[in-house]
Amino acid sequence: MQTEQLIRSLAQDLTPVRPLRAPPLRALAWLAVVAAISALIVLRFSNLTVFAERMATPRTAMDWIATGITGFAAAWAAFELSIPGASPRWALLPLPSFIVWLCASGLGCLANGLGLQATGNPLGESRHCVVFILAASVPLALALFAMLRRARPIDPVPVAALGTLGVAATAAFLLQFFHPFDVTAIDLALHLAAIAVVVLIGLPLRRLLLRPA
Amino acid sequence: MRAAQNGDGAAYERLLREVTPFIRALVRRHCRQPSDVEETVQETLLTVHRVRQTYDPQRPFSPWLAAIASRRAIDGLRARLRIGRHESSELGVYETFADPAANNEVEGVRAAEEVTLLLRQLSPGQRQALESLKLREMSLAEASAESGQSIAALKVNAHRALKALRALFQEPKD
Repeated sequence: MQTEQLIRSLAQDLTPVRPLRAPPLRALAWLAVVAAISALIVLRFSNLTVFAERMATPRTAMDWIATGITGFAAAWAAFELSIPGASPRWALLPLPSFIVWLCASGLGCLANGLGLQATGNPLGESRHCVVFILAASVPLALALFAMLRRARPIDPVPVAALGTLGVAATAAFLLQFFHPFDVTAIDLALHLAAIAVVVLIGLPLRRLLLRPA
Repeated sequence: MRAAQNGDGAAYERLLREVTPFIRALVRRHCRQPSDVEETVQETLLTVHRVRQTYDPQRPFSPWLAAIASRRAIDGLRARLRIGRHESSELGVYETFADPAANNEVEGVRAAEEVTLLLRQLSPGQRQALESLKLREMSLAEASAESGQSIAALKVNAHRALKALRALFQEPKD
C-alpha cells in the first residue's frame, strides 16, 4: 500500500478518542483503587495495635513509608513512560525511596541479625511474606496494567518493569500491616526476592499485559 | 492533532500528510534503503493512529511524534537484523548452500543430464537393455518382448552397458 493510500484510509477510519489524563493523575487513580480495597482488607484482618506499636519506631516507620513511596513512584514512572516522548530518566523516580528503604531495612537487619530459626523451617515466618507479596501483586497488577494498557506503550519493556516493581513494592508496603516482627536479613532478602520474582514474571508477559502499539 | 482526537478526519488527513516528510527525514537517520524507509514511515503513521489518545494537547507535538518515529525505526532495524540472521534474499544461495533439499534436487537434475549424455555413448542394444531392465524396471520377459532381443542377449547387453558406464564415469572430465 502506498503511504498516500494509508493516510487516506486512516483518516476515513478515524473515530474520536478521549486524551488520556496526565500520568500523575492516572497514578493517583490507581492508588485510590488500591487504597480503597486495601483499607477494607486491612481493617478486617490486620491487628492495627501491633502495627501501631511497630510504627512507633522511627526506623520501622521510615522503612514502611519508603516502601510505599517506592511502589507509588514506580507506578507513576510506568504511567509517564507509557507516553511517547517521555524522558527515560523517569525510570529513576523510584530509586531514592528504594535506597532509603534498603538503608532503613539494612539498619533493621543489623539490629535484628540474620533471623535464622534454630529449629524447623530455616526461613521461619518470612516464607509467608513471599506468598503474601506474590498473591497481593496479582490484583494490584491487574488494576495497574488495565490502566497502563490504555496508552498502548510503544516501548513496553520499561513500562512493564516499573509497573511490576510498583505493584510488588506496594504489596510489600501492605505486607507491613500483617507483619508481626521487625525486619531481619532473611526477611529482607525474601521480600526483595519476591519483588524480583514479580518483575521477572511480569516482563515476559508485557505484550499480553500492555498490548503495545 | 487536537481536532483529530475529536474525530475530524479532514484535519487528521492534512496533519498526517504534512508530518510525513518530517517522519521520513527522521527515519532516514536509521535506514537508507528506500523501501525500508517507506515501510517504517507507514509503521509510524499506523502507530500514531493507534496511540493518538496519548497525545496531550498541552504538550508540544513534535517530540511526541519523533519518539514514535524513532521507536519504529529502531524496531524496523532490529527486525531486519533478526530476519537477516536466518534468511537470505539471494535466491542462488538456496540452490548451493542453505537448503540441503534444494541442493539434492538440483544435483539430481544434473546427474540425470550427465547419465543421459553417457547413455548416448552406449551401443543401441546396450542402451535399450539398460533402459528396459534398470531404468524402467521391466522383467526380462517384458523387455525381450518389447526389444526383440533374446533374454540371454539382454542379460549380456545390460551387464556390458553397466560396465561401459562405470568406465565412462571414471574417465577424467575436461
